[in-house]
Amino acid sequence: MLELKNVQTFYGNIQVLKDVNIDIREGEIITLIGANGAGKSTTLLSVSGIVPPRSGDIIFDGKSVTGKAPHDIVAMGISQVPEGRRIFPYLTVMENLDMGAFLRKDKRAVKKDMGHIFDLFPILAQRRHQAGGTLSGGEQQMLAISRALMARPRLLLLDEPSLGLAPIVTRRIFDIIKKVNLEDNTTIFLVEQNANFALKVAHRGYVMENGRIVLSDTGLNLLANENVKKAYLGG
Amino acid sequence: MDWEYFLELLLGGLTRGSIYALIALGYTMVYGIIELINFAHGEIYMIGAFTALIVASVLNYAGMNHVAVAILAMVAAIIYSCAYGFAIEKIAYKPLRNAPRLSALISAIGMSLFLQNYVLLAQTPDFLPFPSLIPDFDFWEPYAHIISSQEIAILATTVSVMILLTVMIKFTIIGKAMRATAQDRIMAALVGVDINRVISVTFVVGSATAAIGGVLIASHVGQINFYIGFIAGIKAFVAAVLGGIGSIPGAVLGSLVLGWTESFFTGYISSDYEDVFAFLFLVLILIFRPSGILGRSETQKV
Repeated sequence: MLELKNVQTFYGNIQVLKDVNIDIREGEIITLIGANGAGKSTTLLSVSGIVPPRSGDIIFDGKSVTGKAPHDIVAMGISQVPEGRRIFPYLTVMENLDMGAFLRKDKRAVKKDMGHIFDLFPILAQRRHQAGGTLSGGEQQMLAISRALMARPRLLLLDEPSLGLAPIVTRRIFDIIKKVNLEDNTTIFLVEQNANFALKVAHRGYVMENGRIVLSDTGLNLLANENVKKAYLGG
Repeated sequence: MDWEYFLELLLGGLTRGSIYALIALGYTMVYGIIELINFAHGEIYMIGAFTALIVASVLNYAGMNHVAVAILAMVAAIIYSCAYGFAIEKIAYKPLRNAPRLSALISAIGMSLFLQNYVLLAQTPDFLPFPSLIPDFDFWEPYAHIISSQEIAILATTVSVMILLTVMIKFTIIGKAMRATAQDRIMAALVGVDINRVISVTFVVGSATAAIGGVLIASHVGQINFYIGFIAGIKAFVAAVLGGIGSIPGAVLGSLVLGWTESFFTGYISSDYEDVFAFLFLVLILIFRPSGILGRSETQKV
């Protein structure tokens, strides 16, 4: 469904992604783990067209998205929950969700989906008229994921959804990621530093070091891999 | 205390402030979205006034009805100014979107000088008389020394424009996209907003309000030349900074504060120092409240 072929991405003169190859099939949960600064977030930003690759190709559903504008990529069915959540701080919770559905024309279905989101996260329903910037970290993460789901994406890119969250909240977020994957058949590409959680929910995983993919295997095999254990699972 | 004189100054300041507001809105909206001071904005206002002058002169010559002339001149000014605003962004700012901010600022100043000199050459360096588009109504004559029918028309127009703009920004989908883009441009792109389109719309809307301001004040003052955009632009810029650049209510408030400051100081102290007071006030505000009256401090960006 999504294929990165020899992707090389630069920030100015600094090369961040070096010959990255990733293959994601429809319905999968794929995780990309690695240390801080390895290039995980850049990988997602390259897919979304925010930092387009300098060479290589990114193919979604058989069509190249390389060089397309970010809004066209969203229209093709790829949504992202970026690093740091990036809630619109002065828009209300409802307006943030509305923005998630920005490209959708089916107003009635959008309304229904919003109700569905409020069932999923009752706290967001309580805070629906509050400015996004006033929510707690966990609430903002829920809102960020909900906003991305409002677009009804076929591929959801998640950048460190567990960052800064209490373990209980993290578990809840991962449960919902699994649920979305199972019930809506949404393909998920999950970038995480919390490798333990991520590898447990993912079908397959990739390990990135210094902008290169150094390892890829099923989630369970990676969990058992000695090198992965040493580097990312705390022994 | 002479209350009638006070009232006269109060209303005079309100009218003046509401004109500043029409121009200041363009500065503040553009700054809110792309963090650029569009120094060519005053020239948009000037071009609006010139367009209205040309159209009104032709139509008046043709003997058209007074109201129709006023409306057509206004509409023509809006359309022409919007086209200029749109083109300026595409030519002078869009290619510099990812360049250092200073480059875009210099481009803006260059655009401003270019447009001034273009109008100077294409029209004339002299002041041209501008026909009064809004007549003095007879029934209002007894009160005209407090507020003229011209001033009432200016107030009514600005208030309607502000209400329309507020509704657009608060409730329409493009308004929401504008606010989202102002708050986080990258995230707006990630939910599917076409950033280039939002920026163009912002320039067009700002140009429209500037054109309305240009026509109203030209009709009120009775003469225009190629240079009117400069001083009006600087004043409106002061008002926008005063209120907190990037904030729309701030631009309106800053404009009213500036209008009243000028009106009362000139009325009670001396009219020779009008501009001195305006800029003195700016300096004081910036010393004690650098982000403006309603400005947000930058620390809120997390």
